[in-house]
Amino acid sequence: MASHHESIIREPLITGKNITYAQITNDVLRPVENKPTKAWWIGFIVSSLGACLWVFAASWTFWFGLGEWGLNKTVGWAWDITGFVWWVGIGHAGTLISAVLLLFRQNWRNSINRSAEAMTIFAVICAATYIVAHMGRPWLALYCLPLPNQYGSLWVNFNSPLIWDVFAISTYFSVSLVFWYTGLLPDIATIRDRATGLKQKIYSICSFGWTGSVKTWQRFETVSLILAGISTPLVLSVHTIVSMDFATSLEPGWHTTIFPPYFVAGAIFSGFAMVQTLLLVARKVLALENYITMFHIESMNKIIILTGSIVGVAYITEFFIAWYSGVEYEQYAFINRATGPYWWAYWSMMTCNVISPQLFWVSKWRRSIPFSWVLSIVVNIGMWFERFVIIVTSLHRDYIPSSWAMFYPTWVDVSIFVGSIGVFFTLFLLFIRVLPSVAMGEVKLLLKGASEQAKKKLIDEGHLDPSHVEFYKESLTKFDSVDMSAYEKTI
Amino acid sequence: MSSTKYILGLFEDPDDMMHGIEKLQKNSVPIYDVYTPMPIHGIEAKLGIKESRLGYAAFMFGCLGGSTIFSIIYYTMVHDWPNNIGGKNAFAIPDFIPITFEWTVLFTAFGMVATFFYATHLFPGRTPRVMDFRATDDRFIIAIDAKGNIPHDDITTILKDAGAVEIKHNDRKYVSYE
Repeated sequence: MASHHESIIREPLITGKNITYAQITNDVLRPVENKPTKAWWIGFIVSSLGACLWVFAASWTFWFGLGEWGLNKTVGWAWDITGFVWWVGIGHAGTLISAVLLLFRQNWRNSINRSAEAMTIFAVICAATYIVAHMGRPWLALYCLPLPNQYGSLWVNFNSPLIWDVFAISTYFSVSLVFWYTGLLPDIATIRDRATGLKQKIYSICSFGWTGSVKTWQRFETVSLILAGISTPLVLSVHTIVSMDFATSLEPGWHTTIFPPYFVAGAIFSGFAMVQTLLLVARKVLALENYITMFHIESMNKIIILTGSIVGVAYITEFFIAWYSGVEYEQYAFINRATGPYWWAYWSMMTCNVISPQLFWVSKWRRSIPFSWVLSIVVNIGMWFERFVIIVTSLHRDYIPSSWAMFYPTWVDVSIFVGSIGVFFTLFLLFIRVLPSVAMGEVKLLLKGASEQAKKKLIDEGHLDPSHVEFYKESLTKFDSVDMSAYEKTI
Repeated sequence: MSSTKYILGLFEDPDDMMHGIEKLQKNSVPIYDVYTPMPIHGIEAKLGIKESRLGYAAFMFGCLGGSTIFSIIYYTMVHDWPNNIGGKNAFAIPDFIPITFEWTVLFTAFGMVATFFYATHLFPGRTPRVMDFRATDDRFIIAIDAKGNIPHDDITTILKDAGAVEIKHNDRKYVSYE
């Protein structure tokens, strides 16, 4: 029921006074219904320049071939697969927020799920570009599919994790897209009903004729719940399969059973860091401080501590098992990672991923927006290095010392990577311009129970345990969007 | 005879609207539909709307997806062109599980969402049947078919008593048409 009162000791999920349903709509749609701000234009121009760089470097690759990358006979996979795994990992947080937290009834997901899902989709698009680019001849990409052909038919090898990956990534992308778009329908209808002229016509087509009748909402809720239920194992399977691209090989450093859980934890870790990178800026620029509150930021930072610690334990376990297995190739691979020519990559990874998230145990830092933002970028740098370390340090010195080599990226490698970040931010900035960045219907659900004003009303009515009220007021002090002066006089 | 086709009660608060539904039902006024900007929990029971059967559709689509891809893999890997990989059995079921799982999820998602769109008449370009433009913004709206439900003033009074902030007597069913 909408009137359900939430326990007073829980932090509010919507802050601010006199928030109405209409105000939620106005606040969320402000960037969509008005001309873009200067900050948006600057961001958009910079990221589209990045996207242009990507187009140029990718076209260069297709024109001159993969020889333009820094790959050699020993290191046949480098920045491309690093970038691929990095982007897929970043995408995982969106599904985690929208699906897993829905199943666990974590209501704080309601105001961040939409933008996190959008982030998932754009990150998977960036990841997919690496796969296509690495094919060298992307027009032959359809041979990934089991299509009848003139060679027999010679089929794809369904025993190979690389083919599993084709199915996993394409399913993940399309299911995420369906989940995201279905959730967007009611919000697109809101824009439609407030717009006029051509804008109304466009949003009308995109809204699929949504009306918000009882039966529509009932089915919508069923669909959301089932999609969340199937997306949860899906997201786990995707990164498990990505890790099996490596783990099922015989390469020292890759051939380990810890890879699936370790990759999944790393993916969630980097994904939440990217959500922080985007939302800490977005909440300020789009003035959404009342909906994406300090509680949200702190909760995400706690998830970063948890997943960062899992990743740290996995690194140490890997090292221990390499020694404990008694396999000298495995042992050498790990000693070489830490002390070989790529020691700097290994120790960057260790510092960024194992040490830096532990700083969030300090509550003051966990609640500092500039600190969280910088740390979210540090984490993503660390996660990029993790993939680089796994891929390049294992490949560059394997069983045959005569073929040992180093990897040096060319300008094309660098441009494709930097460019993909440009593509990602271009898509994200377009998204916040044309679609609501917060799921309005879901936030409206919270207004009567989990908002600061609803809890304030309960306090003012005065039937609550005073110790609970004290506890609640104490927890409010961390919010940057709460005016504490309103609470002092009620004591 | 008045030209009113539909009577709309616009509420600011979902609880008032639920109260309005109760009052209308107590007075035996049939409700045409209710339009809200967010899902209202418990409204289906109140209006006697049956549970959605989309879950069954989802399950069937999932079974279809899993068996489709498993058949394709069986045909290609075991029947049509079995490979000799170290003398191992070509019918390597564990290897087939990941993709079977992926297509189970894929078919479930697409099949269920397509069924949802089909059953609810949602598709790109469908003309929205909007009774009031604020139903997707900040108003919780009960629509009552005016035909046969007379006198209209009584309905207005019931809605007003329940806390409706505005009551509309519309001559047209949908306001979104030209």
